[in-house]
Order: sequence, then C-alpha cells, then structure tokens
Amino acid sequence: MKTKIKAIALALALALGLSFTALGVVAAEVQALRHSGAAEPDQAPGIYKVTEGAKLERAYRQQPPLVPHPTDKYEIDVKVNQCLRCHEWPYSDQEKAPKISDLHYIDRNGVRQDTVNGNRYFCKQCHVPQNDAKPLVENKFQAATTNTNIR
Amino acid sequence: MSMENPAENQGLLREWWAALTRPTSRWSLGALLVIGIGIGVVGWGGFNWMLELTNTESFCLSCHEMEQNVYREYRGSIHDSNRSGVRATCPDCHVPRPWFYKMKRKIQASNEVLHKILGSIDTREKFEAKRIELAKHVWTAMKETDSRECRNCHNFGAFDLTRQQARARNRHSEAEQQGKTCIDCHKGIAHQLPQGAFKAERELNESMGGAVKP
Repeated sequence: MKTKIKAIALALALALGLSFTALGVVAAEVQALRHSGAAEPDQAPGIYKVTEGAKLERAYRQQPPLVPHPTDKYEIDVKVNQCLRCHEWPYSDQEKAPKISDLHYIDRNGVRQDTVNGNRYFCKQCHVPQNDAKPLVENKFQAATTNTNIR
Repeated sequence: MSMENPAENQGLLREWWAALTRPTSRWSLGALLVIGIGIGVVGWGGFNWMLELTNTESFCLSCHEMEQNVYREYRGSIHDSNRSGVRATCPDCHVPRPWFYKMKRKIQASNEVLHKILGSIDTREKFEAKRIELAKHVWTAMKETDSRECRNCHNFGAFDLTRQQARARNRHSEAEQQGKTCIDCHKGIAHQLPQGAFKAERELNESMGGAVKP
C-alpha cells in the first residue's frame, strides 16, 4: 500500500513538473523564419554587387534572362528607354549586345509590330541584374537544369 | 553753351590727351608704380573672384530653371554621389578651364540671362519641349572640343584598362583606337535624355562624324 501511495505521489510530481515545462515552452519567443523576432522589423538584406561578365544560367524555362551588368543608371520612361539603345535591332548588331527576342514586338492582339510593345517596355520589371545573393530562408529549390527528376 | 562748340570740345580733348602723355612732375615714379600695381592687383583679383563666384554650384542653383530640372536629375547620378565622395558639379563639366575658352563661355552665358528674363524655360513643360535643342548644343560643343571638360578628370592616357570590367575594357580600347570622344557614348549620364535622343545622336554622328578629333 505504502509503495502504491509513493508511486502515485511520484507520478503526480512528474506530471506537475512536465506541465510546468510545457507552460515554459508556450511562453518561449516565437521565431520568424528569417531568425528575427516575429514582432520586430525584418532585418535589411545584404548588399550584393552585380556579377558582371558571364550570364548566369536560367533556373527554369520561362525565366527572363538575368542582366550581367548594373542597370540602375539607365533611364526608362515615356521619353527614352536606354536599354533599347543597345539591345534593340539594329543597335544590337552595332554594339554586339544580345538582341531582345521577337516576342517583345507582339501586341496584345497577337499582331507583330515594328517597335517594342508597351506591355514589354519596362525591361527591369522582368530582367534584373544578377548577383550571388544567398537565399533568406533555407529551401530545397533546384534549378530545372540540375534537377534530374524532371528530365 | 561751351559743350556744343565743337572747337572748344576738341580743345578739351587735346588738353586731356596732353595731360595723359605728359610726364608728371608732381608724383614720383615709385609712387605711381605702387599705386598702379595696387589697383591692378585688386582690380584683377576682384574680377577673378567675381568670375569664380559665378562658377559655383550654388550660383547655378540660384535660378529655379536649373534647380528644378537639371539639378534634380543630376542628384544621385555617379557625378553627384559615389563610393569615394569625389564630386563633379555644374561648372566642372559645363565651364571650360583654359582662360580663353572660359571667357568665351562666360560671354555666351549672357544669352542665357536674356532667356531667363524672357522665361523661355520657366516651366517643366517648356523645358521638356526645348530639351532636345539644348542637349544638341551641349553634345555638339563636346564633340567639337573632344570632350575637353570630361578629360580634366578622365584621361585616356591614365586609364588602367586592366582594372575595368571586361565590357568597359573592350569598348574603351576600341574607342581610343577609333578616336572616339567621351560624349559619343556617354550621353545622359548626369541628366535625363530628351525625347528622340537616339535619332538626334545618329544625325549628329552623320553630320559631324562619330569620331571627331580636332
């Protein structure tokens, strides 16, 4: 009988102790995925330099090609588009710059035009300068070119 | 009415001339030299000081045409803020350094004062409408002088091509061989480009040659 009482007391004490620990867990700080407090402002991303020279490979078929040079000083507005000064034909031949694809000349009705269509006019919306930025959150993304499950 | 008598007027002129050419008996040569040099130094110094006063960023910005258009576009450009904090402000690019060309440009600037009074570009719309013409003036001038003002700092001879990106290296050595000048490629680096800039650029290269070297 005595041992029974002792065992119950022990079990009770253990249960109480555990529930205290559990309470402790609930009170612990909630962490955001990016390792800063959930209620605190997100930390500023690192400053990366543009990787100039060779273009990085596309990660998937529809990805707009990356730009291997800085673009922040180039003017794109209703007056001029400085990207086109090198990348539109015939400048692309003269400057030996990659020519923008003919898809950019098709308007919304599917009719081919002679100038870059308004839908595609703002180059920097899709084509961004490339750099070796590290992912902010660990993930399992694999470029289509390296993922052997697909091909 | 002695002033209206031409004979007497001529007599007065002759007297003045005589006084100017006659050696003085009252002042010593030393005193004259000291006074002359003194006036010369103060006069020339004052002239230069005034000239330099009109050669500052703050002087350019005292006109709202400059402050609200070209200056705001220049802010944030590579000549305004960069990693080392060395700046090139308005006169560094737009006023020649050699004395003769500087004076010539300063005299030309009186035309700009006239247009300030006329209010030729006193709104953004007026400025945009005239921008292509103004830009062409600057491009033409820079082509004619082989981008002299750029070369006060950017000297082809002092380029270390090995420290440039491959893209810049190739284009710069190519440009040097072809005798191109800075403005041939570097347009709209400190200010926005005008509408129809590329067409104007082609026309300018056709009329003056892509590579003008005086």
